[in-house]
Amino acid sequence: MLTNYGYIGLFLVVAIVFTVSTLLLPVTLRFLKIIPHKPSPIKSSTFECGMETIGKTWVQFNFRYYFYALMFLVIDVMVVFLYPWAVDLKQLGRFGFIGMFIFIFIIVIGYIYAWRKKVLEWK
Amino acid sequence: MAIVDSAPTALGRLETLPSDWPVGFWSHWGVFTVVIIAFVLLMVMGFIWLERRGMGRMQARLGPNRAGPFGLLQPVADAIKVLLKENITPAQGDKIVHWLAPVVVFAPTLMIFAVVPFSDGALLADLNVGILYVVAISSISALGVFMAGWASSNKYSLVGAMRNIAAVVSYEIPLVVAIASVVLLTGSLSMNDIVLAQHIPFILLQPLGFLIFFISGCAEINRSPFDLMEADSELVAGFHIEYSGMRFAMFYLAEYSEAVIISAIITTLFLGGWRGPVLPPWLWFIVKVFIVFFVMVWTRTTLPRVRIDQLMALAWKFLFPLALINLFITGIELLTWPEALPWVMILVNIAITAVLVLLWSKFFKLGWGRVEV
Repeated sequence: MLTNYGYIGLFLVVAIVFTVSTLLLPVTLRFLKIIPHKPSPIKSSTFECGMETIGKTWVQFNFRYYFYALMFLVIDVMVVFLYPWAVDLKQLGRFGFIGMFIFIFIIVIGYIYAWRKKVLEWK
Repeated sequence: MAIVDSAPTALGRLETLPSDWPVGFWSHWGVFTVVIIAFVLLMVMGFIWLERRGMGRMQARLGPNRAGPFGLLQPVADAIKVLLKENITPAQGDKIVHWLAPVVVFAPTLMIFAVVPFSDGALLADLNVGILYVVAISSISALGVFMAGWASSNKYSLVGAMRNIAAVVSYEIPLVVAIASVVLLTGSLSMNDIVLAQHIPFILLQPLGFLIFFISGCAEINRSPFDLMEADSELVAGFHIEYSGMRFAMFYLAEYSEAVIISAIITTLFLGGWRGPVLPPWLWFIVKVFIVFFVMVWTRTTLPRVRIDQLMALAWKFLFPLALINLFITGIELLTWPEALPWVMILVNIAITAVLVLLWSKFFKLGWGRVEV
């Protein structure tokens, strides 16, 4: 089993090296004068459909999915418990099934409450 | 169910490999690393060609047909062109994060291919938590997208990246619950065992699971009609607006390799992976991946883009409850009729799917056939 994780770890190194070397290729070509490099203030200004950008971009921003993120957290933790149960359901039998049903039922109550409270609307 | 075998042992799997197969650690690793990278790059080129030609045909035009026969070399020409372009970094942006974002987006997508089986036992690492690994790793590239949107210091990019996080967070849930109902049938998380258990493709036993997985997979990789984060008509190009040259090409590559991976996972989980008559297994696998991607291109040309509130509501109010119901129906079937005939099961499941989808969409009808999710 540990061998498999060895493969994964080595492949992670290869994936990063592959990506970084692909990104370093144009840098090399720039030193060989194949790729142009002529920065100008207009060219490297922020793109905004022809207008100039007003104000900074990094301001406080209402990202609107705070409640979605909370719901996601609750249900993702539920899913963590779901997977081992799903693998072993044939051995666990009806007792295991009813146990998981009760567990998910409790979370579904919260889900229905959130739906009723209009948390799931994008306002 | 009777049609689902128990997972074979690791020893049994080794015996199915050809006798001249290199079994050493380094040779196995070297072969599969080369195979995976070549597979990804070639499939991405094939996908770009298929998408552009297919969309051209569906929109009653020709599509690219100049470079090579049938325009087959168009992706190569694009790659060379984009390599020779100037790299522009926005003056106000965060330069290091701007440079790092393509790496964080692309490296995890490449990592997922480590557990995808091309043939029986032919995969880099047969993890016993295979599908869980896929779910875990695939979420990382959302971080890279947000890095790109934030570091560009552009308001369009920032809004695009925010929408991407919202979509990924929402569609993750129906996706993983749909996977759990497949795991119920196989009793194993290993990708290889999931394919070995499919004497009948799970699309027939799990039609509702397939539907949910396909829709949320499309949304997860931001394919049209869910491509709100790069909606050309409102956000210009979304998070990669300030990218040019090779770094832009990296995002393009990552986008298409995500399409390859989601097609490959749909193939593995629902279409029987490499299984099939006559043709060799790896060819079956590639053919099925291309068929799944063709359906994605088809939906892209057919459906208009949804609104952001519709996107979120579809995940939370439609797909998630149906995925939970599907999970419990699968569990009840598995415990109550483990010896049922497969064909009876298939008919029952298709009927259940049709009834559930029709009934649940009644919740969102407004009148005159209008639907509001």
